[in-house]
Amino acid sequence: MNDTNTQEQEVVTQDTDHVVVRIQHLKKSFGDNEVLKDINLELHKGENIVVLGRSGQGKSVTIQCIAGLMLQDEGSLEVLGKEVKEMTRSELREMRIRIGFLFQSGALYDSMTVRENLSFPLTRVLKLKDKQEIEKRIHESLESVGLEDAIDKYPSDLSGGMRKRVGLARTLILRPEIMLYDEPTTGLDPITSREISELIVALQEKYDTSSIIITHDMPCARITADRIVVMNDGKYIATGTYDELAKSPDELVHNFFK
Amino acid sequence: MASAILSSFNKYMEIAGDQVLFTARFARNIFRGGFEWGEFLRQCFIVGYKSIGLVGITGFIVGFVLTLQTQPTLKAFGAQSFVPSMIAISIIREIGPVIIALICAGKIASSIGAELGSMKVTEQIDAMEVSSANPVQYLVVTRILACTVMVPLLTIMADGLALLGGYVGVNIQDHVSFSLFFRKSFAALEFSDVMPALIKTFFFGYAIGFVGCYKGYHSKRGTESVGLAANSAVVSASLWIILLDAIAVQITNMIVY
Repeated sequence: MNDTNTQEQEVVTQDTDHVVVRIQHLKKSFGDNEVLKDINLELHKGENIVVLGRSGQGKSVTIQCIAGLMLQDEGSLEVLGKEVKEMTRSELREMRIRIGFLFQSGALYDSMTVRENLSFPLTRVLKLKDKQEIEKRIHESLESVGLEDAIDKYPSDLSGGMRKRVGLARTLILRPEIMLYDEPTTGLDPITSREISELIVALQEKYDTSSIIITHDMPCARITADRIVVMNDGKYIATGTYDELAKSPDELVHNFFK
Repeated sequence: MASAILSSFNKYMEIAGDQVLFTARFARNIFRGGFEWGEFLRQCFIVGYKSIGLVGITGFIVGFVLTLQTQPTLKAFGAQSFVPSMIAISIIREIGPVIIALICAGKIASSIGAELGSMKVTEQIDAMEVSSANPVQYLVVTRILACTVMVPLLTIMADGLALLGGYVGVNIQDHVSFSLFFRKSFAALEFSDVMPALIKTFFFGYAIGFVGCYKGYHSKRGTESVGLAANSAVVSASLWIILLDAIAVQITNMIVY
């Protein structure tokens, strides 16, 4: 009996230790518009959480708060054990090195080639000087997204899917522990969407990252999610696996899975 | 009415405070390690080399037209020999720096405003920030310093071409040799004409770079804001140039005379 208790305790402790993002009662408003009303979420190490919700519900605001791009009005937001709001400039910098953010558009630097886009974080953030090491990491990163041939191209020469892949390669080149994806498949055809979704899973396994994926693309959610949370009116209203939520009696939740 | 005035005053003070903070960020990042020399030189090329044609033609025509406009009046008083000195003093002390700065405000401030504005809209600046790279050091410091260095050089070049334009203008109606025209031009110039004019061009360059970067960096989301950033960069930079010129003239008069 004692043994079972100890084991249970260990599981709980281990679980708490492995929470990489903890959000409690998060609130965020823009003027009179209260976008996030009461957000609670825990992302565990190695887990992929998909946040589903209609457009304009504040899904992206949540991950922008996690990345420190905006600050919450109320509530607690811990990333890798530290409260984002209380971080000093250097702590925020260190935290950002450990998280990756894939923007909806890819956000590639359009005045630079793919090679320069990828070398930018290596030379500016990791301060790498060794050209061979930089080249090696660029090739490795591009190889993992299957785009080695595009190394000398400019973003304007790439298709939407290729841009997302390069954006992913640029983010992963810093070996982040947490990945935040802002609608990774928006604007892509179904085949490319599926490829990107499969790539997200493959890279998560390869680099052992934990991810929050914002999307309203159901095939993407099905492929990538360990757990899905459904957002409505500034709150998370349901959580579960894809199959669990597909059977939900709640009409709002069920509508996503039709 | 009073509340409207108070609200616009508050908004103005908010913007002014924001600009002071942006200046502090710029200043702090100049002296931080890892200056972006490559990007700085690229910006010098864009700001300087790519403006040579526009600035050169403008300078030449300003000198040429100024000569054609003033020559008949001076001739009527039998003072045509003063044409080279009049052209040199007016171009170098006032017209050259101000016109070239205004031209640069139109070309450079708008292009910086639009470039940074579109980087903001397409989340490129956020991407730099979120990867822990320093967008102010890479984008803002390099552009402001490039403008501060290149606008004075462009002005010096344009002043030279304006004098050449003046020489061509004089020779349309009269005949004056090249060496005589330039000897008379430079003989009329004093240290107190050249130095204050040169010094104020550095401030004009700084204002152009700063306003372009500030407007672009703080543009809102949406494609419309890119146009707004470019447009307000030109308007604000032009206004700053006129204000700085008025201040510079007052300071010069106090020191020199």
